[in-house]
Amino acid sequence: MELTYRCPLHCVFCYNPTEFAATGPELETEDWLRVLREARALGSVQLGLSGGEPLARDDLEVIVAEAHSLGFYINLITSGVGMTEARIAALKRAGLDHIQLSFQDSSREMNDFLSSTRTFELKAKVAALIKQYEYPMVLNVVLHRLNIDHVEEILELAQGIGAEYVELANTQYYGWAWLNREHLMPSREQLRRAEATLARFRARPGQKMKIFFVVPDYFETRPKACMNGLGSVFLTVTPDGTALPCHAARMLPGFTFPNVRTDPVRSIWYDSEAFNHFRGTGWMKEPCRTCPEKTRDFGGCRCQAYLLTGDAANADPVCDLSPHHHLVTDAVAAAEARGQAANEGLIFRDHRISIPVVVVGQERASK
Amino acid sequence: MTEISELDRPVVGRGFRLQWEPAQEAHVLLYPEGMVKLNSSAAAIMSRCDGVRTIADIVADIERTYGVTGLAADVAAFVAMARERSWLEMKGE
Repeated sequence: MELTYRCPLHCVFCYNPTEFAATGPELETEDWLRVLREARALGSVQLGLSGGEPLARDDLEVIVAEAHSLGFYINLITSGVGMTEARIAALKRAGLDHIQLSFQDSSREMNDFLSSTRTFELKAKVAALIKQYEYPMVLNVVLHRLNIDHVEEILELAQGIGAEYVELANTQYYGWAWLNREHLMPSREQLRRAEATLARFRARPGQKMKIFFVVPDYFETRPKACMNGLGSVFLTVTPDGTALPCHAARMLPGFTFPNVRTDPVRSIWYDSEAFNHFRGTGWMKEPCRTCPEKTRDFGGCRCQAYLLTGDAANADPVCDLSPHHHLVTDAVAAAEARGQAANEGLIFRDHRISIPVVVVGQERASK
Repeated sequence: MTEISELDRPVVGRGFRLQWEPAQEAHVLLYPEGMVKLNSSAAAIMSRCDGVRTIADIVADIERTYGVTGLAADVAAFVAMARERSWLEMKGE
């Protein structure tokens, strides 16, 4: 459940829709509790609470308590901004199972630059709280052109704050990250160096952190099995109640997405066109339709197919069997051609803009 | 990782949760975005791992409950495997 689009950060790689400020009012507490009860009755067991920053909602503890009593496993995905000892104690009592803390980068300057606010020291404090309250310390860092050269520093920082699990997730290009794609795409050489650094770090004696590296799919030749196929296992509810088969699906044209204010979760899941359309393989076009791998990757990501080719039913162009694969390799080649990180033109996630206007160097000082 | 002794007191690992899941008709171990369905032997062991009982206590309890003997090696092997996967931690570890 994406509880709110409100967020104190302004990350350039945020996957929230760029038009988030134009969406409707947030659901009330009672709406969220009803969604939980309906989803659990259908057999759902995993609950991710994200946003925006879910701590921006002061009913987070109420939502967690209800979810826990229903038997959900509850994972809070947070930047840590807004986390206090009082709140983590209340969340623990309410039955929160897991916390994933995001970090933008390891050096204070880079962290502040990339998230456009001063949050670094706060995150170190939150990391200490997470350990104090006996949660595993799980750190997520989104990688991109501007920080991928800092992988070693990031891992050392993670070790320094006692992280047990670190996910280094290369940027996926949706929402704000899509707007900033040319600035965020690493070069092949950067990627190679990062992987070599990671291998050296893993081999350090006494190194105990479990490190996951999510490869950027633009550099692959087969697409990710996105969501295990739309409508297969995943349902997300946005702050205004819109139910989507993936975080980014709001962009897909031609659908009227159901809303939990008016539609029961059961009918959303089983009856709505938005959840049924991309189920199975009947919607596929060539080359997916006759591809022996179609039940392995489900044609990749519908949103990526739409963003790059204009048709959500096309093969994800990450696949080198796609006639549109050049759109991906061209983007990678353009990243190769770019010189050292030039930050001019980066667009920061901001509620004041539906059409982005904040440009580095012009307005950054006002933040 | 240190050797496991029968006097260790295993407990479900931080971030994991064991619960009976009616939809699966099984005990499951939950973790972020995932779930392991446990067979009845694994569930019998895991559900006794409360950080209070020792491995020896757990073996004795299961043997008594099911009227069998000679489970110590099987339980030890499961605990070692589960600890490797972070499903279990030893209390005080």
